[in-house]
Parts: sequence; structure tokens; C-alpha cells
Amino acid sequence: MTAELNPLPRLAQVSFRITGQSAAAAAAALGLGALPGANRFERGDRLAVLWIGPDELLAVSSVRDAAGIEAALRGAIPPGEGVAVDVSANRVGFELTGAGAREVLTTCCAIDLHPRVFGPGSCVSTLVARAPAIIFQTDERPAYRLLVRPSFAPYVTQWLVDGLAGAGQR
Amino acid sequence: MLLIRCPWCGEREEREFHYGGDAAVKTPPVEADDRTWAHFLYWRHNPAGPFTERWVHNLGCRRWFIAVRDTTTHQISATWPFGANPEGSG
Amino acid sequence: MKRRPDGGAIDRTRPIAFRFDGRLLTAFAGDTLASALLANGIAALGRSVTAGRPRGVMSAGLEEAHAFVQLGIGAESEPLVRATGVEVFDGLSAEGRITKGVLPGVPETARFEKRFAHCDVLVIGGGPAGLSAATTAAAGGARVILAETGSRLGGALLRDQEQMDGHPAAEWIAAAGLALRRQPEVRIMLRTTAMISLDQNGVVLVERVSGHLPATERTGLPDRRLWQVRAREIVLATGALERPLVFPDNDRPGVMLAAAVRTYLHQFALRPDRTVVFTTNDDAYRTALDLVAAGGTVAAVVDVRPGPAGDLPAAARAAGITIIDEAEVTGTEAGPDGVLSGVVISHDGAARMIPCDVLAVSGGWDPAIDLIHQVRAPTRWDDGIGAFVPVPGPGGRQVVGAASGALTLHAAVTSGHAAGVEAARRTGFETVAGPVPAVRLWREEAPRLVTRVPAPDGDESRSFVDLHRDVTVAGVLRATGAGIQSVEHLKRYTLTGTGVEQGRTAKVNAAAVAHTAIGLPPGGTTSSARPPIEPISFGTMAGRATGPRFDPVRTPPAHDAQAAAGAVFETVGQWQRARYFPTPGEALAEAVVRECRAVRTGVGIMDASTLGKIDVQGPDAAEFLERLYMNRVANLKPGRARYAAMAHLDGSLFDDGVIMRLAADRFFVTTSTSHAGPVMDWMEEWLQTEWPGLKVWLTSITEQWTTLAVAGPSARTVLEAAGTDLDLSREAFPFMAVRTGRVGGFDAQVARVSFSGELAFEVSVPGYDGAALWAALVAAGAGQGITPYGLEALSVLRAEKGYLIVGQDTEPDTTASDAGLGWMIKADRDYIGKRALGRRDFQRPDRYQVVGFRADGPVMEGSQLVSDPSGARPIPIAGSVSTSHWSGALGVHFGLARVKGGRARIGETLQAHDGARSVPVVLADPVLYDREGLRRDG
Repeated sequence: MTAELNPLPRLAQVSFRITGQSAAAAAAALGLGALPGANRFERGDRLAVLWIGPDELLAVSSVRDAAGIEAALRGAIPPGEGVAVDVSANRVGFELTGAGAREVLTTCCAIDLHPRVFGPGSCVSTLVARAPAIIFQTDERPAYRLLVRPSFAPYVTQWLVDGLAGAGQR
Repeated sequence: MLLIRCPWCGEREEREFHYGGDAAVKTPPVEADDRTWAHFLYWRHNPAGPFTERWVHNLGCRRWFIAVRDTTTHQISATWPFGANPEGSG
Repeated sequence: MKRRPDGGAIDRTRPIAFRFDGRLLTAFAGDTLASALLANGIAALGRSVTAGRPRGVMSAGLEEAHAFVQLGIGAESEPLVRATGVEVFDGLSAEGRITKGVLPGVPETARFEKRFAHCDVLVIGGGPAGLSAATTAAAGGARVILAETGSRLGGALLRDQEQMDGHPAAEWIAAAGLALRRQPEVRIMLRTTAMISLDQNGVVLVERVSGHLPATERTGLPDRRLWQVRAREIVLATGALERPLVFPDNDRPGVMLAAAVRTYLHQFALRPDRTVVFTTNDDAYRTALDLVAAGGTVAAVVDVRPGPAGDLPAAARAAGITIIDEAEVTGTEAGPDGVLSGVVISHDGAARMIPCDVLAVSGGWDPAIDLIHQVRAPTRWDDGIGAFVPVPGPGGRQVVGAASGALTLHAAVTSGHAAGVEAARRTGFETVAGPVPAVRLWREEAPRLVTRVPAPDGDESRSFVDLHRDVTVAGVLRATGAGIQSVEHLKRYTLTGTGVEQGRTAKVNAAAVAHTAIGLPPGGTTSSARPPIEPISFGTMAGRATGPRFDPVRTPPAHDAQAAAGAVFETVGQWQRARYFPTPGEALAEAVVRECRAVRTGVGIMDASTLGKIDVQGPDAAEFLERLYMNRVANLKPGRARYAAMAHLDGSLFDDGVIMRLAADRFFVTTSTSHAGPVMDWMEEWLQTEWPGLKVWLTSITEQWTTLAVAGPSARTVLEAAGTDLDLSREAFPFMAVRTGRVGGFDAQVARVSFSGELAFEVSVPGYDGAALWAALVAAGAGQGITPYGLEALSVLRAEKGYLIVGQDTEPDTTASDAGLGWMIKADRDYIGKRALGRRDFQRPDRYQVVGFRADGPVMEGSQLVSDPSGARPIPIAGSVSTSHWSGALGVHFGLARVKGGRARIGETLQAHDGARSVPVVLADPVLYDREGLRRDG
């Protein structure tokens, strides 16, 4: 049971808020049929949109630039029906992959990651040890992506690396 | 350590939440007298049994919600979004 | 007891060498430390806590009251470890320390881990009930965890010789275990004790991973793992614990629980030479039968009941075992080593002595329900078995088998089977359960509750109710004689139940003795059970949250650049911030004077990135902030900033910061470092719960931006040298203006705000450019001698300007007016805290107010301010010093203080007393430097 941890390159990240009036337009502006439901994320036009809260989402892309995403959202969301804010520097990303990845996360995260409960397309805002983190699963290897505040990144790395060292012993 | 059902995110560990106290507390009008205001500011009920209280899922979706928790058993019988109607009462 | 040449579950081909109290001894693989000691003839392994009496192993499990040891040597040693739960391994070393362990006093070297786990059904206990429950629960595919505290499955079947489906129980255990292991969603956890119950079906398990292995085989393995499990359903199958009997000298080594004697016989091939059985129930007859079947001698079964006629007594009679009914053991005798040599039996008014080396006692069975008692599970007294049994509780939890009070094997397998089916059903799994195994239903008669055998001579000072804590019948009666009525008071008065084993075997007897003495029935109540079930070492509790994983250490993007510049850091909340930047050999005070001088006369640079930042957007953003802040906000023009403060509902100061208006509907709000989270939470709370109609949205952008303050008369020159498209002139870019443009090659937001009182630009860029911006500005400022400055210098600079820090210069009840910020409070509209500020108490002229002071010598922060330190006591306190510095700019010791009615007392001399000495201070206006603000407006 091995796993691998890699930092992700800088991600374009745009936090946006919607109302019932602006949700459909915001989804369309990002190339989605609909915005993701609770605890989910959806892929759109060269980006992923993560559910953060009932009116809050986070667009994440490793290829598009934040200004373009922000502009697309601002164009789609009428004044007073939500906002879009570039938060590309607000979080950094990691990818944790491999058969042992789930077990690594069980050392520091209380979320139930069993495939029956949490699979590709799942997304949660929670804690990794004592650091706030967004965790979403991108495929069935499994691969998890973690977004954390840059200031917490060394601490989170310590926990995940430690979990890698402990994973696989039974 | 409680397991709390956020109306939006589902069941999560208590450490993702903050407690917000009695949901029935209402801010008195500005015109109310000092005694009323002092009571509002400094006095809280602490009943034994079912208690309707405010919580916020501040390390999850950041939404405030209402929970009914029995203060003697810690059983949480219902949670619903702030401003919504209690489950089962329409 | 002696080891027999064959039998038992030990591996005679694998001898084990271990040390006890320094002696080198041998055992076999499969032995516990307790069985190994008994096999080596060590009947007494220590002395008791207060009476100092020799004590030996009295059980084979969790009931143990005596056999606690210091396990291991040096850093690895652990106090108060239960010998009945320790598996021996080559190299084990232990000392008999029954009641007082020793903490090693050096850091742990073993590895301890934690895991989170989730399951549909958690079955606690791997005996017949638990195995049955796990089997049926798992049949439909549910996720099942089966936690067994021992090293193998089987529970009571490991000591009771029963047939299941016509075969020895061992075959059924093996088959059930194998079938469970084949299920992909089942996890069987051996050596795993359920320690703590949490609400909503949380259970903390501790798994002993490698402590039973010799050191050479532990490589890479943690010593223990703590599991935090959330289960949708719990099946509690923890069995029952046998209760000792209370009679004079009932504590001697050799007095053992009857079922434990069976365990030692069947598991460890240990057999006493000559045994007396003393019982209140049928179950102990199994011990007599098994001993005789194994060739041992049972001198007598002493039964408190008249004419026992159940299947087991009948079998004993048929086996030729002497049964003395309506009889009691009223005393024991011992050899010179204190070890049991015989028992005194009272029967038909006559007493006689029977020599024996083991007295097997059974006072009945207590369901092992401490785990759910921790979460206030209700219990009731059951007269049928003479014990507390669980009352069916809320959904999500079932208690089965002996733990429920149904003590037969038949009840265990049927209730376990049914509970597993039910748990699966409740978690949404259709289960096709196999048949319940056929077991013999022994006809048993009711036990008789005997919680105390009176001493013939009336001396009950050696009749122990709490064997671990040395609490006797006499001690309990002393307590009731002193007026104690409640079991919780009894616990504190006598210390019964306060031992490391929580008085598990003492509870019922102690309470019954007390209750009888004050005329109550024996049941009634029992003292509460507390988590954990057994001690959890600090290392296990900490897990891997040690060193860099203990608490987040947060650093901003320009941290490394500051470290390279020689910064000495201090911890502010979780953040690392530069305290000062000493040159080689420079002391703190010298560095602070130098850094302050640079800012006052040249230019300095500081990382202000840890300040909280919140993006507030929407058509109602101004109205929202107007309601939250004490200042006017609506009249702030885009491109302008305002120093602002907010109050709590009770009117006290909450936080201060700067509100920058970037557009009509967009604000950039800063908070103090320590209030970044609380202010964001506060804003969300009001927005969501009180003002959901406002069209405004909040985004935390604290880490989106790195903010570097360039402060000092040369600040403008530095920014120009760095390269900017902004017009930095005083006219185009006045104090409290905000602009966006390019600085040093980066897209930046620049604000002319100043916490030092000098001309200053706060330059903000996205965090990923933060380190590069620091480098660019330092390079651009080289010609101006740009000097990095830290929090110490900043505190001097801001205090010289009379700028306070909320939380340092204020108390929790300090208002804006008390703090000298009354000028910012708007009068014409409501804001949070306004109504409370109108209360009479806030108008008192003698409230503590923030003022400045000057002194001729250094004053310690925290000093009390008094008029006359040598006056009559108690000396009235006039106030206290919250900030104290040396001002290099003005050549004076100065600071800020809270003083009763302080503003009216400016000019008055008080004494600052730090507990050792007093320094005269003169109260002053807080603003010491550049009162007109000309430098700041530069």
C-alpha cells in the first residue's frame, strides 16, 4: 500500500457566490451544465468548480488564468446577485495518490473516505489535523487533491509525509 | 465530542463547529430600558432537556443553523438551516 | 498453581525469557505476564497501598485489582500496567508495583499513531455474543469492525468447556473468525480495547500493535494505535465481570475469581493442587468440575445457598465433589510468605479449616457496561442476577450476551445473532443470517446476593471491599457512621473506586455494604464510570501530534527573506512574526533603538501580512459595515481608507483595523492579527442570522495578500526607486488614500496608512509574489539604508503616537471612550454596541481609561499603579501599565496605562509597583510624538 504526495503548481482560484437568480448563468459561464451540489465538485471548461457552501463555490484551474475566470463570472452574475473574488494566493494545492492514500488521510482527517461514501467527484471542507483544508477526489486510484492556506502548508505536509511513512503497516 | 449533522454538509465532528447559544434570544429594541438590555446581554437560560440552539459549521460550509440538543443526553434530535422551518413542521 | 505438562493454548516449543523484579524467569509463548508469574510460583507480586499486605494475581482479565506492574525499563517503561493483559515476549522486564507506578521522566521513544475510522456496525467484544453479532451484521455486506481486547477471539468460550453444534467451541470460533476475515468490509481488531464512549456512537479504541513482540520484531511498527471510530450502530458484547466475595482476609494471594481459575487451567495449563470453591451461584461449579476433570483436587464447594440442585451442582455431585451448602468462608490462613494456605468454613454453626492453595470465589457477575455508563446510559438493578444491567437505550446501540445481564451461552449466541441482524437492517443491509449455533442450555438456579460475609469476631478491618484501594467493610461503615449516604460521597470519603481499575470489582459490594448499613436495599445506585476504561498513556493520547505536528506554525510568504535578514521571530497566535533584526552582537534594546531611528529618520520595512483581511462586496456593503463599525462608513469615498473600530454587543472594544473603500460596492477591511478569524466569524454571524436581507458577501483574503509596510521619511523615494506607475506625491496620493498600480514589477494595492506615525505606504501583492516584493523593496531601498524592523520597534513607534493595541492596552470591558477613541464614534445612527454604551455604568467618570505616562526609569509592563506603595493595606489600585518602552526619539521612558478616571488625572504622579520596587510615573497625554501628525501626513 503505497502513496505519493506532490505539490501542485500554482492554481488559478476564484471564489464566487451566487443566488438563485445567478446560479445557472454562473454555471454556463464556466462551461458547466449545473453547479455542483453539496459535497461535490464538477468539471467545466478547463477548470473544476468545488462546492464550498450553499451559495459559495470555488473555481480551480491549473491552466486558465484567474483574471479570465473572474471576468467570466462577473459577466454572468448580475450586480447584487453574487460576487467573484480572485483568491489564487489564498490556498496552495497538493495531490495525494496511490493505493495507500486513503490510509494516509485516516491518520489526520476525520472524514469517512470509504468508496461507498466518498469517491471521484466528492469534495469536503474540513480539517487535516488542526489545519482547515478542502479535500476532493479526482479519480479512483484514488487521487485526492488538498487545498490549504499557504501558511498551513508546511504543517499539513508534515502530517501527510508522516502518514506516508506509517501507511502500509498493519 | 459530538457528531453534528450540518443541514448542508451532513454529519461532521464537533471540532468543525462553533456553538452559538440559545436560539430563542432576541435582541431587544433600542428603546428598551437598561434592565432589559442587561438581561439580554448577560443572562442566558440553561435548561435541562431539549434546547434549541445556534451552531455554525465554521470549518465547513460556514453556515449558521439551528439544532435541538438534549442537554442531559447530548442527543441531537433535529437540525435545520437558519431561517428555515424546523424539520417536520412545514 | 503449577504448570501441567500438556494442554493449554501456550506454545511449549517457544520458551520465553523475561525478568520480574530483576529475576530471570521463563515462560512460553502465549503466556500473559500474570500466567507466567503464577507458573513461576510467584504468588505475591507486591504489597497493597495502605495496609501493606502481600497481594497476587486474582483474575485473568479486566477484573484485576492487584497485579499491576511497572512494565519495561527506562524511557520505555510504563506504570500501572495490568499483568493479566500483558503477553510475555523475549526480553520483557517488569517490576511488581501494585498501586504506585513511576513515570520515566524522559521523552517517549516509541511511536504512537492515531487513526480515524468509520463503520456501519462496531461490535465490541469477540466472545460468543460479539462473534455472533459480527457474523450476522456482516452477512449483508455492512462495514463491520470487531474489537476484541484479548489476543484471540472467543471470550468466555476460552475458559468454558462448551460444545457448539456438537463440536468443541474452539472449532466454531475458528470458523466464525475465518468467515469474518474473508469479508472485505470486516476488520477484526485484536488486542484492541474500547476505552471511551463519545456521544453519537463515537468510540475510542486503543490497539496494542507491537508491545507483545520482542524488540527485534517491532521495527517499523507503532507501539499502539488510538482509533477514533464513528459507528452508525454499536453492539456491545463486553461480557460480564466476576465479583469477589467479602470476608475476613479475603485479599490473600491464592484467593482468585472462580472463572479465572478455569482460564488459567484451560489457556495456560496452570492447575492448583488443592482448591476450595466458594460461590453464590451455579457457574463456579464449572471450575470445580474442570479442575477435577484435569486431575486436580477440589476439597469442597462452599455454597451459600441451601441444596443447590441445578445441572452443574448435580454434575459436581456425580463427579464426587463435596458440596457444603448453606455455608460460608469466614476467614483464610496463610503461610509465612502471606500466601493462602487454608480457609475457615462456617457451616451449621461450626467452623473448620480446610487446607488449600487456591480459593476460587464467585460472588456473581456484573455486566461489563462501564463503556456506555460513560455516556450516561441508564442501568437498573436486576434482582434475578443481583447486579446492575443496562436499560435498553436510544437507537444505535444494542447490548447483548452477558453484558446485557443474560449470562448463559445460549443467551449470548441468540442475542448476538439477533442484534447483528437488527444492526444490519438499521444500516440498510438485508442480511441472510445463518442459523444460531446449537448449544446446551444448562439448567441453572438463581444466584443469591451476598455482598459481605460478616466476621465471626466482628472485626471487619481485614474484610476488603476494594482490593486495590484497601477499603474494608470497617472503612465503609466508618463512612456511613460519619453520615455518608451517597455512593459518590462514599467514593470520595473512602477512596473506593478511585484506583487505576476504577474499583470495577468493588462497586457493588461497597455500595451494598453502605446501603445495608443505612437501611437501604443493596441495589439502588452505583458510582459513575469515567473514561477511559483503562489508563491511556500520554504518548498514546498524543499520537503523532508531536514536534512539528503539535500545533501549526504559520509563516507568511516573506518569512524566509526576513530570516535571512537576521530576524528573531516570536509566536503571535500561530504565526511567526519578526520581533527584531539584530546585527551581529547587537542586543535587543540596541536593535530596537536602531530600528526606530531608521523609521523616524530614514526608512524601514516590515511584514504586516498576518493582519486579517476581508473582502466585503455587494450593493449593501457600506450599510453592512455601517452597522458593524462604530465609525461612519457610508461617507468614505472610493480610493480612501479610514481607521475604524468595532464593539461587542456589550459595548466593549472588539477590534480595530482599517476600512478601505475600493469601489462603491467593494471594501477591503483589515483586522488585527489575532482577531482575523473572530472578526470574519462575527461578520458572517450578523449577516446570516440578523441581516440575511442585505446583499453583501464576505471573503477571507488574509493569505491572498502579502502586505509590506514601507515607513519613514524616505518611503516615497524607495517606492519610486522600486519602480511604480503611481503618482506618489502628497497631493495625488494623500494620507489615507488607496491606489492600485505597479510597484517593483508587481500588480499591487498601495495604501497610505501608518501605524508608526511616519510617512508610510502599505504595499499589498498576491501572496505568491510576496517574497519577491520583499526582495525588490529591500533592493530599491538600499541607497536609503532601508532597515527591516520588527514588532518590538513597531510597539515603540505606535506607542509614541498613542496608538493602542486592542487586547494589550485594553481589558475585556474597555470601551472605545475608555480607550480614548471616543472621537471616532458616530452619534447619528445605530451600530453594534451602541445601546449598551448608553447604560449608566459606561458613563461613570471613574472608569479605567487609557492614558500615557513618562518615567525616569524603566517600568515593567504589568506593574500596578498606586499612590502610595507603603500606605495602609490593602493599597487601593489606581491602574496598571499595559505598554512600557524607552523612546530613543525623545530620550524618555514612557508607555500606556489604564488608570481609574485617568484622563482627569493627567499630570498626576503615581508609583508603578512591580512587586519588588516602585518607579514614579507621571500620567500624560498618550500622544508623545508629532501630535499634529505632520510627519504622518508627509
